[in-house]
Amino acid sequence: MELFHDPKIDWLGKKWYFLGFSLIFSTAGLLSIFFWHHLPLDVDFRGGTVVRVKFASHPDADRIRSAIDTAGLKDARIQEPYGPAANNEVLITLSLTATSQSAIDQGRAGIVTALSRHYSRQSDQDQNRLDLDNVSGSALAAWLQQNDPEHLGNTADAQTRYQSQADAVLHFRDAEHSGILDSVDSLRGVVDPAVLTALQQNSWLSGFSVRSVEIVGAQVGKVLQHQAELATLYSLAGMLVYLWFRFELIYGVAAVVACFHDTIITVGAFSLSNQEISLTVIAAILTLIGYSMNDTIVVFDRIRENLRLSRREPLADLVNRSINQTLSRTVLTSGLTFLTVLSLFLFGGEVLRGFSFALVVGILIGTYSSIAVAAPMLVAYQDWRARRGKAAALPAAKKARV
Amino acid sequence: MKTNIRTRLLIIIAVLVVFVFGIFRVPHGLSGSALKQAVLQNIHLGLDLKGGMHLILQVKVDEAISAETDTDVASIQSDLQRNGVNGAVVSKPDPSRADFIQVASVPPDHTNDVRSILENTYSSRFDISPGVGNSWTLTMKPTVESEAKQRALDQAIEVIQTRTNTLGVSEPIIEPYQLGSYQILVELPGVDDLGRVKDVIQSTARLEAHEVIGGPYPDQQSALQAAGGSVPPDAELIQSVPGAASEGSATSWYELRKIPVWGGTDIRDAQPGHNPNTGEPEVDFYLTSAAGDKFGAWTGANIGKDMAIVLDNRVQEVAVIKGQIRDQGNISGGGISEQRVKDLSMLLRTGALPASIDFLQETTVGPSLGADSIHQGVVASIVGMVAVWIFMLVYYKGAGVNADLALFLNLVILLGFMGFSGATLTLPGIAGVILTIGMGVDSNVLIFERIREELRAGKSPSAAVDQGFGHAWTTIVDTHVTTIVSAAILFIFGTGPVKGFAVTLTFGLLANLFTAVFVSRVIFDAHLSRKLHGEPISI
Repeated sequence: MELFHDPKIDWLGKKWYFLGFSLIFSTAGLLSIFFWHHLPLDVDFRGGTVVRVKFASHPDADRIRSAIDTAGLKDARIQEPYGPAANNEVLITLSLTATSQSAIDQGRAGIVTALSRHYSRQSDQDQNRLDLDNVSGSALAAWLQQNDPEHLGNTADAQTRYQSQADAVLHFRDAEHSGILDSVDSLRGVVDPAVLTALQQNSWLSGFSVRSVEIVGAQVGKVLQHQAELATLYSLAGMLVYLWFRFELIYGVAAVVACFHDTIITVGAFSLSNQEISLTVIAAILTLIGYSMNDTIVVFDRIRENLRLSRREPLADLVNRSINQTLSRTVLTSGLTFLTVLSLFLFGGEVLRGFSFALVVGILIGTYSSIAVAAPMLVAYQDWRARRGKAAALPAAKKARV
Repeated sequence: MKTNIRTRLLIIIAVLVVFVFGIFRVPHGLSGSALKQAVLQNIHLGLDLKGGMHLILQVKVDEAISAETDTDVASIQSDLQRNGVNGAVVSKPDPSRADFIQVASVPPDHTNDVRSILENTYSSRFDISPGVGNSWTLTMKPTVESEAKQRALDQAIEVIQTRTNTLGVSEPIIEPYQLGSYQILVELPGVDDLGRVKDVIQSTARLEAHEVIGGPYPDQQSALQAAGGSVPPDAELIQSVPGAASEGSATSWYELRKIPVWGGTDIRDAQPGHNPNTGEPEVDFYLTSAAGDKFGAWTGANIGKDMAIVLDNRVQEVAVIKGQIRDQGNISGGGISEQRVKDLSMLLRTGALPASIDFLQETTVGPSLGADSIHQGVVASIVGMVAVWIFMLVYYKGAGVNADLALFLNLVILLGFMGFSGATLTLPGIAGVILTIGMGVDSNVLIFERIREELRAGKSPSAAVDQGFGHAWTTIVDTHVTTIVSAAILFIFGTGPVKGFAVTLTFGLLANLFTAVFVSRVIFDAHLSRKLHGEPISI
């Protein structure tokens, strides 16, 4: 099977379309960064508190908001993450000002109390009973020992027995049911009948569970932001140096410009869609800088090889031919990586959504830019040199290759 | 040629066996659950998959410096008195500068005495210079100061390590956090009683005995008035817990001598106990012998005066000194609970933190989110892998089988490497595995496309294979280097989960150099050696 059989596309003839396309997308991104959504930063960089709560049924954002407001937590933001609606998760975000330096987890504690007060299904009596959706393993074991439903007394045996049953409940809840129990009855078979009876009488299900908490103080956020900026710059510089070393400076410059173009469009896509940039998104962008270089190298390698073979051919034709010769390679390699990244985007879960989104956008743009930005830049550079009356030939290579 | 292929096949099988061993070691059986358990034992999961707590703490090292200079102020005072210099005021005039001591109002006829006393004893640690009026200033030398700060950080790490060990946290990580100054990174996997853990870590557990100058006062305002509007430099106002003075007494304020009689590092042992009279829980503590001697002398000389026991800047207990006390004491009152008594004894035993601690960052991942993440990561990997496998089979037919085998071996080596190296697999790390699948197969595509091109140019299959691998090799190295450079920068700059991503991606791509170039070539050669010369291959 072959996707492209001897293609003869005039890529450079379409360079104005490419330029227009690139300009539209990068300008749209930049406009959004400067004037619209700005750069939506994740709690990693911005600082603040994010609590991820999962509910037993589809959460009602207004109800959550009223619970949080009643607790006096100001400016809380309530987001339902993208993805399958059946997930029933909500992110509750507090700004940095509500995250005080001395009592950093005040906000988290506030959210949890507000929710548990608001979601007690029956009445105040629930306050004193065990909330099986939020109880910790050690607390459950201690509770069982104290109530001793199997009448084992205060022995070491009883301790291990109750501990193992508490562990079983936690495993059932967390590893098999995503942290939320359907009903106390569903524990039948997980624990001994006597324990089940005790739990049926003295526990309840609040119908929500705190899945993760992230609290970042201003200081740490600033340091991380600085680190991320440095890492991105070092990455680009590293690429420039490597391509300079392997090819010629102009190849390196062309490749880095293409990479920079990819980075801007990818970051712009985050701003346009108002998705938050987190540490893992930065990781994805750095990976893209390395990966989108790959296609560019494949094309450049061929240009260099062809330059050595036919020095008479006009550069524009030669670059066209090189792109066409490597087209199936470029499209296949990116396509296959895109396939895996798409699988990550669709099935990899909410936590990695930003990461996989960056890769999905970045791989598409990276492939496009290898053909439409990096290679034409070489031609443009040579035209510019020709106009200035310098030697026309593009340096083929520093050293001969096998 | 044949034997050559056989040797290379043996190498591949050996590598396969070694890395499969790295993944599973010796499992307790071949059932699904036994294998799963074996994998989990060998591959370390990060906090984001296992659940647990990640903290960044700031050690307020200035407090350690301040405590040190407080002692210096006291010893300068006694040195001056011993040498007959009266009237000089030793103080730390600027509350924001812990490293700065001033000796003011030096009597003019003693200027030289003061100078020689200061220079004899303190010049190794302080820069001494004359100040305005008849005064001298001592500024702690920067090297001394940074050493003291580093010592405070090291002590804090050690204390937190001991404390988390007594909590029974398995495999905790407690180390200096390199991105900040005097910060500590704490990772506690599988912790589910967060409130208690944080209390245990954050408690300074600084237990001190102070002389009571005045009190009790009902609030800070009246304490300030009683002290004459401002607190003298050698004293401080401290609040008490309820019940500190006597049974049922309310929260009140005391004016205490600033320099403690003994302090945090003077505790030798502490045990939970019960008050013999009331049966209430209490902490019994014992002083080291040096501190005990000092305390004995001081209590002997101050019979009838009030003494306060202060824990973490709150007065716990105030008592009249009835006789000489040597090395024993207890903390009770304030409705202290059994659990608190247990924790507090442990804290006192493990020693005080040299300075208090702020939480800068806290990330907690519940076990249910971790379990879901693993599940989703595995599903995404399998779907991605199967999609790539099918595509390669359809597109390259026979050679596709070759690529699929190489890809499979690539994954085995990657996971085996994770098992051997003890590197941590995080959620972004799983994403790194998925990306390895996608990027790993790229090398095969580059080689196969080149082989097709050579075949189209009319070369024989074996020559085409030869040329294909030869020409694609440099390109493959180039593409790997760029991605690995990116990953290396991520590894250097990244933290926790992101580091895990950099690790799997780098291992994966390194393994890919072996599988896509060496393994794939052997399979081609083995295949070609069974064909007649010039017979077409399936690609």
